Amino acid sequence: MPTRRDVLRLLGGGVAACTCAAAGWPSAAFADIPGNRRLVVVLQRGAMDGLAAVAPLGDANYASLRGSLALKPPGEANGALALTRDFALHPSLAAIHPYYGKGELLVVHATGNGYQTRSHFDAQDMMESGLSAKRGITDGWLNRALAPLQRGKERLALAVGGATPLILRGAVPVASYEPAGFHEAAPGFVEAVAQLYANDTLLGPALQEGLKAQSFSNGVLATNTPGDDPMKGAAGFGPKAFKPLCQAAGKLLAAEGGPRIAAMDMGGWDTHVAQGTENGRLAGNFQGFAEGLDALAQSLGDAWRETLVVSVTEFGRTVRVNGTNGTDHGTASLMFVMGGAVKGGRIAGDWPGLSRLQDDRDLRVATDSRGVMKAILRGHLGLDPQYLAARVFPDTAQIKPIDGLLRA
Amino acid sequence: MPASMAAVVAATRFGFAPKPGELAQIGSDPRGWVTSQLDRRPDFAPGNLPPSREIVTAMLESRRDKEERPELKERLKATYLGEIDARMRAAILGDTPVLERLTQFWGNHFTVSGMRPFVRGVTGAFEREAIRPHVTGRFIDMLTAVTSHPGMLLYLDNAQSFGPDSLVGRRQNKGINENLGRELLELHTLGVDGGYTQADVEALARILTGWTVAPLRDWHPGTFRFFPQIHEPGDKVLLGRTYRNGGIDEGEAALRDLALHPATARHIATQLARHFIADTPPADSVERIARRFRDTGGDLRQVTLAVLHEEAVWREPFAKVRTPTELVISAYRAVGAVPQPGFAFMALKKLDQPPFLAPSPAGWPDVASAWVSPESVVRRTEWCQTFAERLADVPDPVDVMANAYGEVLPEEIQSAVRRAPDKRAGLALLIASPQFQRR
Repeated sequence: MPTRRDVLRLLGGGVAACTCAAAGWPSAAFADIPGNRRLVVVLQRGAMDGLAAVAPLGDANYASLRGSLALKPPGEANGALALTRDFALHPSLAAIHPYYGKGELLVVHATGNGYQTRSHFDAQDMMESGLSAKRGITDGWLNRALAPLQRGKERLALAVGGATPLILRGAVPVASYEPAGFHEAAPGFVEAVAQLYANDTLLGPALQEGLKAQSFSNGVLATNTPGDDPMKGAAGFGPKAFKPLCQAAGKLLAAEGGPRIAAMDMGGWDTHVAQGTENGRLAGNFQGFAEGLDALAQSLGDAWRETLVVSVTEFGRTVRVNGTNGTDHGTASLMFVMGGAVKGGRIAGDWPGLSRLQDDRDLRVATDSRGVMKAILRGHLGLDPQYLAARVFPDTAQIKPIDGLLRA
Repeated sequence: MPASMAAVVAATRFGFAPKPGELAQIGSDPRGWVTSQLDRRPDFAPGNLPPSREIVTAMLESRRDKEERPELKERLKATYLGEIDARMRAAILGDTPVLERLTQFWGNHFTVSGMRPFVRGVTGAFEREAIRPHVTGRFIDMLTAVTSHPGMLLYLDNAQSFGPDSLVGRRQNKGINENLGRELLELHTLGVDGGYTQADVEALARILTGWTVAPLRDWHPGTFRFFPQIHEPGDKVLLGRTYRNGGIDEGEAALRDLALHPATARHIATQLARHFIADTPPADSVERIARRFRDTGGDLRQVTLAVLHEEAVWREPFAKVRTPTELVISAYRAVGAVPQPGFAFMALKKLDQPPFLAPSPAGWPDVASAWVSPESVVRRTEWCQTFAERLADVPDPVDVMANAYGEVLPEEIQSAVRRAPDKRAGLALLIASPQFQRR
């Protein structure tokens, strides 16, 4: 039975439109990124409770304000995992705890994006557009950042797991990887369709490029772990679906000629009801998240050393528990920055404290998430500071990149 | 243009793929075929789908009583699939495809998206109640129905917008939410270049405070209600015009003025021309459609006729790439079969256009560049084969081709379909062809 690769070879002779290299994604020569670096942005949709992820156990007001949602200190059964004297990681984030010890996990606490209406909807648009006004948003900051990095026609960035999120939408074409597609079309059928598209300047080249990308993913994902179906379970929406997506993303990013930048989503953070502490809904989400990031690191292999993964959520949650054992929309949350390229093993950013709250309910913002992103784009991807200021985050000149996030 | 090609353009541009017999029915009077449908009742059967007030009430109750949540979830899922089914059946089997296309166009113009989970259950009801009755009526009536519909008031947060100086606003320290005010100007009426300012957004948001959804303790919970006690008092200035302190009258007057504004005419005309003519429509077509809008005070039957009589509609067949929704509807309409609603949902989800789940208030994009990416073309190709493989009764693809296109397809397409190794393969090729991927 002919494989998809055979079909491609077969098509290569007959279809003149295809002039690109054999692989579906750029090699280093196609991208203007220093060294062999990779960037993964994880969007935590729904507003992750930063005070549950990394609990300020040393803050004098923590236990009284958090009440029934307060975590137990390190050392107790199901206690939080120690980070610093004053901060500890949620026990269900255990899978990423070792990275902290290795200096590959950095926590930037009390982050926010300057948007105050507490609407998921608007705040996610802000988080992804990188703009401070909602008017006329059509593209995302990560897509705008691609423009000077992209060399040639091959696609540098990958949207993992479905429709391309706003953060990657825009003028620069990006690839997407979705595990839960249809059955692959039969080679004979694909060949016949390609012939019908031979003179179609829109559909013809798109089909060729898409088949190449699919062949690339198939090759990478099937050959790296023989006998293992990496996409098992990835079709769902729950916290368990994140890990297989991370595995696939890691392999695609690590592969020779693979994408270098990826964006992925993980939902389920909107814990208004029955949030739980060491067990419960939020704990399950943390576990899926942490095991996913660990799988991403593992599947990146050697490329992990030059990789940076950053997580961001649209806002935080109320400090106090609400009437349904959950938390409501708040202000500051936190970002995880992980990877071999990170100067980790510490907590960055000022701690605003819980003695004075935003609107008497929320953790105040100490660090603007855009400052973190600017530092990553500049330091890790080598983006020109002027372009960064003028085009990627055009209306926030007052927010400076945060120094010292990266290994020298 | 030969009569047969004009008939194909009428069917595909203003409806979907012709169902068996439709091309003959259109015959040599493509404009007459479209026009006659504008005066008909839509061939749409809502069955026992619940009205929005029932759904909203059930959701309000579930907020109060958590016990009911799993049950409500099941009910909302069944309603959602029922809405997909009713809409699909009307578009696939119905005799008024033009009204179905207009409904989907206007439903997209006034998007209420289930991406906000709280409104997921009412998206279909919104389309049935606020859009469907007005697609050949007056724009102001549709705009008013939309702006006062619980679906829209919840989707764009107006239900939780409080005049800061209103009775409740002062007592509870609550404020304005500008979402609806902004989208109403940017998306629904004037358009992003329509010449309004941030101050106008805020003024409209203040004008619309009090437009909300009746709570459970109300006589008619889950319906539109104007509450003076959350309406911002005082005069407001919108687009240079002062609206005197007048409760709900302010909003009604503002909507009337916005509906008749020349920028609105131009914005609507552009959207229609982009949908029915080309991704980048000719400026003179837009101007003529806008003029009809202005001259008739936004009579949408007249405006649709203005589009129909634009020469540019007929000049370039297959100028528009079909959206996934159009593709799926057209494929099933061409063969006369209806997919199970769950199957239709999964297909459209994988093709990145799940029903009633547009990514933002701007709705689904209406240009080819948004739908043609390398991955999406591969998935569309895969879907064509899946579609043909899953059909219970496979018609002869040569008959389907003749019913849908007469003889207008290029010879290489016709011969590829004829030469296919079996009926399913031939049908899949027809659906995948460059012409069927377009309209």
